[in-house]
Amino acid sequence: MPRRAPSRLLAFGLAAVLAAGSASGSDLHDLYFGEALFHADQGHYFDALQRLDTELGQYHGLDEPQYDSLHYHIGAAEFDVGDFELNYRMHHRAGRAIRAVLEGNVDPAVRNEAAFRLARIHFQKDQPEDALHALERIEGEVPDAIADEVEFLRANVYMALGRPADAVEVLADLQRSESLTGFAEYNLGIALLQDGRTPDAIEQLDRAGRVASGERGAEAIRDKANLILGTMLFEAADYQRAYESLDRVRLEGPFSNQALLRAGWAEVSAGNFERALVPWNILAKREVTDSAVQEALLAAPFAYGKLEIHGRAALMYGHALEAYTSELDRVDASIDSIRKGKFLKALLREELKQDRDWVIRLRTLPETPETYYLMALMASHDFQTALSNYLDLEDLRTRLVSWQTNFDAFEDMIELRKQNYDPLLPEVDADFRELDSQIRLRMEQREHLDKRLQGMLTAPRPDYLATADERIVSERLDEIERHLGNSTTPETQALQERVAHVRGALTWRLRTQYHERLTEAHTHLNELSVVIAAMTERYQSLVRTRQAATHSYVGYDVPINQLRRRVGEALQKVNLLMARQGHMLETVAINELKVRRERLDGYQTQARFAVADSYDRAARLQADMRPDGAQTGEVQPDETQPAGVQPGEGQQ
Amino acid sequence: MPGIFRTVALAVFVLASSLPARAVDNDREQMKGLDEQVQEVKSDVLGISAELSRLEEKLLYPSNTQVAVFIALAEGDAMRLDAVQVQIDGQLVAHYIYSFKELDALKHGGVQRIYAGNVTTGEHKIDVSVTGKLQGGADYNQAGSFAFQKGVEPKLVGLTLAGPDSGRPAIEIGDW
Repeated sequence: MPRRAPSRLLAFGLAAVLAAGSASGSDLHDLYFGEALFHADQGHYFDALQRLDTELGQYHGLDEPQYDSLHYHIGAAEFDVGDFELNYRMHHRAGRAIRAVLEGNVDPAVRNEAAFRLARIHFQKDQPEDALHALERIEGEVPDAIADEVEFLRANVYMALGRPADAVEVLADLQRSESLTGFAEYNLGIALLQDGRTPDAIEQLDRAGRVASGERGAEAIRDKANLILGTMLFEAADYQRAYESLDRVRLEGPFSNQALLRAGWAEVSAGNFERALVPWNILAKREVTDSAVQEALLAAPFAYGKLEIHGRAALMYGHALEAYTSELDRVDASIDSIRKGKFLKALLREELKQDRDWVIRLRTLPETPETYYLMALMASHDFQTALSNYLDLEDLRTRLVSWQTNFDAFEDMIELRKQNYDPLLPEVDADFRELDSQIRLRMEQREHLDKRLQGMLTAPRPDYLATADERIVSERLDEIERHLGNSTTPETQALQERVAHVRGALTWRLRTQYHERLTEAHTHLNELSVVIAAMTERYQSLVRTRQAATHSYVGYDVPINQLRRRVGEALQKVNLLMARQGHMLETVAINELKVRRERLDGYQTQARFAVADSYDRAARLQADMRPDGAQTGEVQPDETQPAGVQPGEGQQ
Repeated sequence: MPGIFRTVALAVFVLASSLPARAVDNDREQMKGLDEQVQEVKSDVLGISAELSRLEEKLLYPSNTQVAVFIALAEGDAMRLDAVQVQIDGQLVAHYIYSFKELDALKHGGVQRIYAGNVTTGEHKIDVSVTGKLQGGADYNQAGSFAFQKGVEPKLVGLTLAGPDSGRPAIEIGDW
């Protein structure tokens, strides 16, 4: 079974992968199933679900589904529909089809895979007890492809259930799993931490932070391990190891900013102010909307101050002050713009949906302060959920509006068909009825002949096979005999003998030629059958065409009206939900931005104070260095941090 | 196979470390309630969509005239498909240019329904032309002409496309 590389998985989702793996190339027996996979692989889960739901509905409605083309893929289809539902964030529905597989009469390997998938769905639905129950149904042989995944899921479920010791036991056995490189190591570290075994957790996270892998997901989790380990060591005042761990975080990864910030603080805590400047100066040049960058703007001049480079510190505080003021203006503009409803409109820009990096591009749009902080907002899970739901609702709204237009087009089409067929059909029907009666008559005659010939096979009747002339001769002879009556005159007797002679000759011929005639009759009957079959086919074709004509415009009023009503109701519901979801989105965004504003406000106050203080210190230092050598200034050696800034304050 | 739940596990930890303490429970409850309603409306719309598809099929493509043409790529084929053109009985019915995502989906075993329409029962001709690029960057153009029989039941025509290295015909027609 072909599988994609793990890096692909993270980008495209498991469902599509498994689906594609389940039927590809020449293995595919059901084109519509393949079409569902085509949609799913592109992330079009609505279309994929609609296709697969229809296929599964038809399959389960059949009397003999084993003859349906979907039968070859039914296991994969039942699994995929659950995955598609999960990907489409329909957690309530997800799992129904898989549960049906689990309870059906299937191969143990299939049942085990179904149990695993069901457990995974429960886990994602935040139902760890149910997930564990599903995992407990796995018994006997587990397919190799999912064996490690099953155990990894079991460990995650234990952790979700607050049983870290059990998770540790399971994860310890997965440390050599290639497919779980990085993840098994990291989760073991977290499980140990949850189990209160901090020294073991530190050692394990250290191992997780050194895992060698070129795979994107594994690299990200390795960075995460190093970030957590660095923070733990920092809090334990082991600054050197903390720095080493934070230093292993990649400069371009998602955890880079936080790692740089904390690495700087680790150095400061160890008294290495100069070394702290290395990560902070890198950070200070990055995107200023990031909270770690904002903190670094204040932290870097603080380190310069500690190194008594007050002039540089004063300049950097000045730069930070400008940056905070500018950011505060932007936050205010963002909040204002969101309140005016521009944020939701910006999110629905059609051209941006075509681009995978649309969130990043949004920020670069001119004159759109409402989206400037979108990347930062995306870090919030609540915001992400609200945004995903909002975009899904917009997709549903677009579809519903388009369907409403379709109904009008359907009705126009039906009306045109009616106008075309209504005048034609009565005449066609009259011709059809005449033809129908003729065909029926011929078919009855054929049936009658067939029965008679069948009867003659067991009870020979040569007279039935007489030709028309012979039949006439026979009737003439009957008439002559009747005419001659019972007369016994010599002339009559002579005539009766002649009649008997002729009848004998006729009978002789009928009897001696009986078999040939019977064979010939059957041949003719078969020829007649061919003609009648052609007539029947034509007859059925006429019936179908007649029905198709009727079906093309009759009987649509009720379903169209019902669907139109349902679409209208659904559209109302979607509009209402969009308004609520949009409001929620705006509220979450504004709340997030307000928190940022408060923090920036604090930074601005600190920067304002610090810039004045630094200029003051720089001036005093300059005065101290005057040629008269008078020492008038005094540096505060015990100052360790800029006023009010605490390590990690900028963390979200 | 490492998958979504692994990413989820990662996301959970990212989330756990970034959840703001200020998060208001009331907002969470509202959001959860909204999420459930969104799921319900998705279910409703999927139901409507399925029914609408059946209605459309009956109205626009009745089974006795229905023909659908599907495109698949040969398994493991390295050819980069750019465009496909389909003619039925000399009439152009589809001319499709593939995006990266669509091509990727085809390479992963997906099948595209490129055309759905109507033809009469009996013998028909389908002409297919394919343009693409080979691994080395050379242009790849192929065309094929096939006959198919339309009966009273819906006709599904599957076209499997392949590059020169696959050892398979460039365009293969299959009945389903």
